[in-house]
Amino acid sequence: MTESLNSPGVQIPEELAGQVAITTIDRIYNWGRRNSLWPLMSGLACCAIEMICTAASRYDFSRFGMEVMRPSPRQADFMLISGTVTKKMVPQLVRLYNQMPEPKYVIAMGACASGGGPFKEGYSVVPGIDKFLPVDVYIPGCPPTPQALLNGLMKLQEKIDHQALKTDAHWYKKEGSAPIPVPVLGPDLIDLRKAEQIRQSCLIAETTPDEGGKEVSHE
Amino acid sequence: MSDQPTAAVTAGETFLEWFTADERPGYAGYIVPAERMHEAAEYLKTRKHFDMLTSVTAADYFPEDRIEMIYHFRRSTGGEPLRVKSFLSRENSQIDSLVDLYPGAELQEREVWDLMGVRFTNHPDLRRILTWEGFAGHPLRKDWKEPFYEEEVKPFKSRWPEGKFVRAEEKNPLGDNTRFPAGFDPDTWVPDNDDILYKSMTHVAKAGEDGFDSDTIIVNLGPQHPSTHGVFRMVARLDGETVVDLKPVMGYLHRNHEKIGERNTFLGNMPFTDRLDYICAMSNNFAYALAVEKLLNVAPPERAEYIRVIMAELTRIVNHLVANGFLLNDLGAFFTPVLYSLEEREFILDFFEAVSGSRMMCNYFRFGGVVRDIDENAMKMLKAILERLPRKMDELEKYLTGSEIVRVRAEGVGVLTPEAAIANSASGPLLRATGVPYDLRRADPYSIYDRFDFDICVRYHGDIYDRFMLRLDEIRQSIRILKQAVKDIPAGPVITGKPQYQVRVPAGESYGRVEGPKGELGFYLVSTGKTNPARYHVRAPTFINLTSLAGMSRGNKVADVVTILGSIDIVLGEVDR
Repeated sequence: MTESLNSPGVQIPEELAGQVAITTIDRIYNWGRRNSLWPLMSGLACCAIEMICTAASRYDFSRFGMEVMRPSPRQADFMLISGTVTKKMVPQLVRLYNQMPEPKYVIAMGACASGGGPFKEGYSVVPGIDKFLPVDVYIPGCPPTPQALLNGLMKLQEKIDHQALKTDAHWYKKEGSAPIPVPVLGPDLIDLRKAEQIRQSCLIAETTPDEGGKEVSHE
Repeated sequence: MSDQPTAAVTAGETFLEWFTADERPGYAGYIVPAERMHEAAEYLKTRKHFDMLTSVTAADYFPEDRIEMIYHFRRSTGGEPLRVKSFLSRENSQIDSLVDLYPGAELQEREVWDLMGVRFTNHPDLRRILTWEGFAGHPLRKDWKEPFYEEEVKPFKSRWPEGKFVRAEEKNPLGDNTRFPAGFDPDTWVPDNDDILYKSMTHVAKAGEDGFDSDTIIVNLGPQHPSTHGVFRMVARLDGETVVDLKPVMGYLHRNHEKIGERNTFLGNMPFTDRLDYICAMSNNFAYALAVEKLLNVAPPERAEYIRVIMAELTRIVNHLVANGFLLNDLGAFFTPVLYSLEEREFILDFFEAVSGSRMMCNYFRFGGVVRDIDENAMKMLKAILERLPRKMDELEKYLTGSEIVRVRAEGVGVLTPEAAIANSASGPLLRATGVPYDLRRADPYSIYDRFDFDICVRYHGDIYDRFMLRLDEIRQSIRILKQAVKDIPAGPVITGKPQYQVRVPAGESYGRVEGPKGELGFYLVSTGKTNPARYHVRAPTFINLTSLAGMSRGNKVADVVTILGSIDIVLGEVDR
């Protein structure tokens, strides 16, 4: 990987090639990060099976430095949302994301994680993880083939390549980044960032009963 | 072959006089008064030897004021299921629980309560199962509408023929897939904190031998945990390291298969069935196609029948390879044995891709056949697989089955007795490993399985090791069937009639089932003669097999619970639907 570590245009004498590199701090920082991206071991649905296949011998994403699946969010670099995100599961995913150390990335694998997919109309499906987490790469497919997943992972590497320490490394800023409020399971999924909006909509609904509204029953 | 193709067992059998036959056109089975359902079940179990309650479900006949409870009873000796129904009113839907007679009804009745709002009296633990405590309404009721509701049935006019599609989020005032009941205030809402769940578990505090009082603790495994094979949660009460009680918590992948299925056209459901048990797409297709074909009264041509059997058996091999590979993962052989399993799986997936165009989500079956033929090249691939696989199985077996670690961890652990397995409505390898030779391919034959020469594999200890070995045995039997099928497959068309996009299905009900790799996979359909099913229920084998989990885990160590779960072989897409 020395060729990507060296800054372009710098001539290294032949006898030193492979031992000496001349580079910028941005370049070596990103080179280190992009070649050891550790995913959070978290499988959600069908896509998780293709994720496992990508990790297995035929496609083998350890070639890209990604084979170290971490069961703990504290050691993970990115989160692969591999499948349908349901309302019951999303609080746990948000919590896991909050527990991951910066810099952290999210990949939405497959149609469901990207936008709800075939299950979008369902009553307990979150139509895309980007309703809650900032997504870096979307991978289309239902499920994406291992090749598509590999391509998506390489896109993430490319993204890392272009992050400059000075401008993009917000994780070194003093104030840090605020955690995402964990949604709450109510009569439906309560996104706490929208609490005021929800209260307003319920007040309106009270004055003008909605024909197609849900029957209200609290057992 | 030992058994004859069974005629309806109900024919020529007489039941009590208050069992009235269901004589609506297209319907079958018996109707009993709701208040006597428990009595009826007791009679069927003790007098008529229907020892398994295969499936419990309900159908809402809105706008009529009627919810039907539908029970399928089976005999563990084989034969067709007996369908018994009870009618309830929608307002006050209540019926006696059958859990005391058939413990296998426990999770299924909870599901009916959750999604259909039928209250079961005397149920030991009637909580919501697929949604969460506090969820508003019972979503499978016909008058319950989801936040992204567009129309009753597909194809939606916004997409076809006009094609002026609007993003559903833009129509919802919250910009999201949510809707709240009037007067709801998020500030005063107290979410469920699992207190009821924790309190429902056996609790024993005891004085220790050394004079110190000891107490049990609650440990949650999952839903995000490497051992749970997806998003599944086990709540265990532990005494030291020993499991005192355990409850499965599911619904983390509940993606509304049945509600969406009732809006879809009949054919539109086919790709959704792929995503039920996403490791075995082909056998899901198979069961659903059989259910609809029963209503349509069409039969696939010869070649299609053979292709179906080939696909179903290959799927069984894939599933058992994956199940055994991950079981070894759970035993601590992390990710090495499973690589060998997945390697073999890849060859089969390549074949699936060659015939159907997709590795996993094949969407290959059609009503009255399959979508396209297996060509010469693909046939060559198949023959190469059949050449290679037996060798590889021997290799796998040589390294694993004699392994001391596997034997010590798996033998005598997680024992399920045949009585408990039958009572819990278990099916598939879980049931056969206890010594019950029950396989629908023989017990209630479908398709052309009566033509093949194969054995029903049985093992007798009911422990993890037997389930592991039984899956290896079944792979060998599947290879045997495949070899015969490849030899005998005739030439000819692969679909009866013209392929149709929109099928008109006559009114009636049907229950199509196959012996899936994980157990009895059934589809219960009600058609009203329209383009979409009025009721679409999936009898998911792993969901019902999970009933046995608690019993097998009690008294074992935490580390064994992980392997016990692995040996049941669950797939959450099917458990939660």
